[in-house]
Amino acid sequence: MKPIAYLTAAVLAASVVHAGDVSTALEADYRSQGAGPFDAGAGRALWTREFPGDGGARSCATCHGADLRQTGKHVRTGKAIEPLAPSVNAKRLSDAAKVEKWFTRNCKWTLGRACTPQEKGDVLNFIRSQ
Amino acid sequence: MNKTRLVTLSAMVAVPMLLLASPWSGAAAPSPADGQAPDAAAATGSDTATRYRAECGSCHTPYPARMLPAPAWRQIMGRLDNHYDDNAELSAETQALLTRYLVDHAGRASRYRVPADDKLPRITEQPWFTGEHDEIPARMVTGNPKVGSFSNCTGCHTGAAQGRFSEHDVRIPGYGRWED
Repeated sequence: MKPIAYLTAAVLAASVVHAGDVSTALEADYRSQGAGPFDAGAGRALWTREFPGDGGARSCATCHGADLRQTGKHVRTGKAIEPLAPSVNAKRLSDAAKVEKWFTRNCKWTLGRACTPQEKGDVLNFIRSQ
Repeated sequence: MNKTRLVTLSAMVAVPMLLLASPWSGAAAPSPADGQAPDAAAATGSDTATRYRAECGSCHTPYPARMLPAPAWRQIMGRLDNHYDDNAELSAETQALLTRYLVDHAGRASRYRVPADDKLPRITEQPWFTGEHDEIPARMVTGNPKVGSFSNCTGCHTGAAQGRFSEHDVRIPGYGRWED
C-alpha cells in the first residue's frame, strides 16, 4: 500500500478515537456534581422505565425505541429520529451542548423533572455501549 | 521535489485540516444545532435560516417564518417549555436568536386569526391554510397512517424541509400526485 494510504488511514483512525472525548468531558462534569460511578445497565433500566403523562405512559424508548440502532419516531409528529447508537450514527455524542440540550428537554417531558447527574451519566454510558 | 513527495506533503497538511472540520472530530466547530449562539455579528441571514431549520426541524417540519405573523411567533417562542404538549426548551441565546429571525421574516398580521383562550397559534388553523387544503379528503391526511396530520407538511410536500410547497411537488403517500 502506498505511504499516502497508510497516512490517511492513521489520521482517520485518530479522529474517530478523538470523537469519544465529549462523553468523557460530560461525565467529568457529572462527577464534579457528586455522581458516579456510572453503569450502562442502570442507564438501560431508566431508558425503558415508564412514567405517567398526558396521553399515556411514556419512556425514552417511546420515541427512540429500545434498540438504539434503529430509527426512532416522534410519538406526536411521526418524524423519523436518526438512530442514537454511535455504532451506526457517528454524529451521536459528538457535541456536548447538543447532548445537554436534549437531556434538559426530554427528561423534563418524559420524567416530569430534570435528570440527575447520576442518571445522565448512566444513560450516556448506555447510549455509548450501543 | 518529485511528484510523490509533493502529493504526500500536501495530504499531510490537507487531511488533518479536513478531518478537524468533519462530523467525526470532537474538536469540530459548533454545529448549527448546538446550544451555543454563533457570533451575532458574523451570523448571516442564511446561517440563521440553517440554524432555524436544524433546531426547529428536529421533531417536525421547520415551518417557514412567513406562515405566521410576528405576534404568533413571539407567543410560541415564549412558551417553549410547553410547546404543543412537548418540551422544546432552548438556551437563552438560541431562543433570542431564533425569535428575532422568525419575527424578521414573519408573515403579514392581516391574515392572522388570534386563537381563543390562551392556546398556542396553529398554522393549520389559519384561513389561508384551510383555504389551500379544503379540497383534500381527510382520508388522505388525518386518515392516512403515513401522513397523520395536516401539520406534517413533509408527509406530502416533498420540498417542505427546504421551504418549497409547490403543488407540483406534492406526493401523497398511497395516493400519488395532487394537481388540480
